[in-house]
Amino acid sequence: MNEILLKNIKKPNSTDIDTYLKDGGYKSLEKALKECTPKDVIDIVQKSGLRGRGGAGFPAGKKWEFAAADKNTPRYLLCNADEGEPGTYKDRPIIEKDPHQLIEGIIISGYAIGAAACYIYIRGEYAYGADVLRKAIAQAYKKGFLGKKILGKKFDFDLYVHKGAGAYVCGEETALIESIEGKRGQSRIKPPFPVNVGVWNKPTVINNVETLANVSHIIKNGPDWFKSMGPEKCPGPKIYSISGHVNKPGNYELIMGTPLKDLIYKYGGGIKNGKKLKAIIPGGASTPVLKPEHIDVNMDYESVGAVGSMLGSGAVMVMDETVCMVGVARRLLKFFAHESCGKCSPCREGTHWLVQILDRIVNNEGKIEDIDLMLDICDNMRGKTFCPLGDGAINPVLSTIKHFRDEYLIHIEEKRCPVNYPHSEHCL
Amino acid sequence: MEETNIEKKGYAFSKEGMQRLKEMMKDYPSSDALLLPALYIAQEEFGHLDTEALRYVADVLKLPRSKVFGVATYYTMYKTKPTGKHLVQICTNLSCSLLGADHIVKYLENRLGIKVGETTPDNRFTLITVECLGSCGTAPMMQVNDTYYENLTEKEIDRILEGLK
Ligand SMILES: Cc1cc2nc3c(=O)[nH]c(=O)nc-3n(C[C@H](O)[C@H](O)[C@H](O)COP(=O)(O)O)c2cc1C
Ligand code: SF4
Ligand code: FES
Repeated sequence: MNEILLKNIKKPNSTDIDTYLKDGGYKSLEKALKECTPKDVIDIVQKSGLRGRGGAGFPAGKKWEFAAADKNTPRYLLCNADEGEPGTYKDRPIIEKDPHQLIEGIIISGYAIGAAACYIYIRGEYAYGADVLRKAIAQAYKKGFLGKKILGKKFDFDLYVHKGAGAYVCGEETALIESIEGKRGQSRIKPPFPVNVGVWNKPTVINNVETLANVSHIIKNGPDWFKSMGPEKCPGPKIYSISGHVNKPGNYELIMGTPLKDLIYKYGGGIKNGKKLKAIIPGGASTPVLKPEHIDVNMDYESVGAVGSMLGSGAVMVMDETVCMVGVARRLLKFFAHESCGKCSPCREGTHWLVQILDRIVNNEGKIEDIDLMLDICDNMRGKTFCPLGDGAINPVLSTIKHFRDEYLIHIEEKRCPVNYPHSEHCL
Repeated sequence: MEETNIEKKGYAFSKEGMQRLKEMMKDYPSSDALLLPALYIAQEEFGHLDTEALRYVADVLKLPRSKVFGVATYYTMYKTKPTGKHLVQICTNLSCSLLGADHIVKYLENRLGIKVGETTPDNRFTLITVECLGSCGTAPMMQVNDTYYENLTEKEIDRILEGLK
């Protein structure tokens, strides 16, 4: 497939507005403002079938429709550039190399929902990306694509960059809102949903960078073009971030629903050093681990769900035979325990208890009851937390127990690591 | 915004820092939202955010000190303690660990003669581990202050440290 979202990133001066304009940039904005009402734009995006690329896969047009229907004003658009899900680095090339593609998508989306302004919430570590965005935004203001009476229309719209400061949970939409408001980024309980009560209690749409980057292309080429790519229920291009034990890690923009096998072997170049594939995390740290027997799965929301995992952000983490899966579970649970915002006890306590138990199993001091104990803790977290961080945190534990129970048993009963390669001695 | 009490507290934003803050006020419907950006400016100008610095930010923004303290201690990128000139942050999340982050940590500990969490006696380097920085395809990686260094090897680390005087 020809790249759509990543097609500009290798061009010289790709961040400059003149480069972008030369290639037909901001033409979609012109088209949207001149030929469409805001409702038309929502209809087009609904018809295209575009679903959120941030992890949950919610239909973008639906979300816009809900917010636009709320009469409370001003409305806000928030662009989620927090990109914190371990394994995920797909938004970074858009931000750093093609900021105008994102900005154009944001302005069109803002027009559709009748937003007064958009804040790009970018993770603090992406300092370089934040600078690129600020410069690009300044250029867009100069050309009259942002500010008052955009392209001579009765449409005023402002765009700002807001930097996070190191908290994974701020990628969760309600924690992100709290963080923009200048608070500790702790998730809010839903409902009310942000589309009605969002930032500063105003109707708010939150969309991921990749989601918004698709918008100008949909306006330019039409919803049928978009729908013609990939599965009917979640069409379009998708950027998959591949990492871990593959020969050619990287971002690959492919059609939604590309088989996992192709991602690993055709694009990722196969397993490093001729080793055997052992496990795959298909959509970032909070999605359940899969086994080699699952690699024929198509990488779209429905298909990955059908084999017991989730597409998530499309971040494929590949593990070879040298990896101890108990160690993997422990490594990821340490992450979730560190990132739990602490607002609700199942997640705040549960993640730490799981780390303690996994620590003792990895150190060959576990007891056989520990497995059931962990399953019980997970059961008391699932669906009982304020935000999905708690639900995601149990996935590494549950899925490794399900698929690699023998490795837990060897650590517990034989008091040794099941893997005999030197670098897995520490079980990550 | 208030510019009084500055001398007494010891800390004060530079003219330029104060100007940046004032300009940002126009960006938000509520000045509470300035807290995160203000903490960044304070950290840039004062080096780290000790109690005095946080009190100063609270006074400038007319926010309760408890709120400012709560926010500054919540986010990992705000430093409430001093660090060396170069803050070396090694990612040890899964993708980096799979490709030897552990080894990178040990190598840097040896090279710098300090453990994770410590600062070299000459105050040049502080070494810490961090969670995923969004560079998993170019693992292992580290961030030194604001700059990313990817596809790390021992040789590459030597070269990078040479350049950081
Ligand atoms: C713990 C947690 C972290 C998240 N991190 C991100 C993130 O870094 N980037 C992102 O776009 N969405 C993230 N999300 C999903 C957002 O809550 C939200 O669903 C998404 O931004 C909506 O945009 P979309 O519909 O365009 O995908 C996260 C969710 C959770 C529960
Ligand atoms: S699930 Fe975890 S991160 Fe989410 S609100 Fe509860 S404690 Fe916070
Ligand atoms: S795991 Fe190290 S940058 Fe993502």
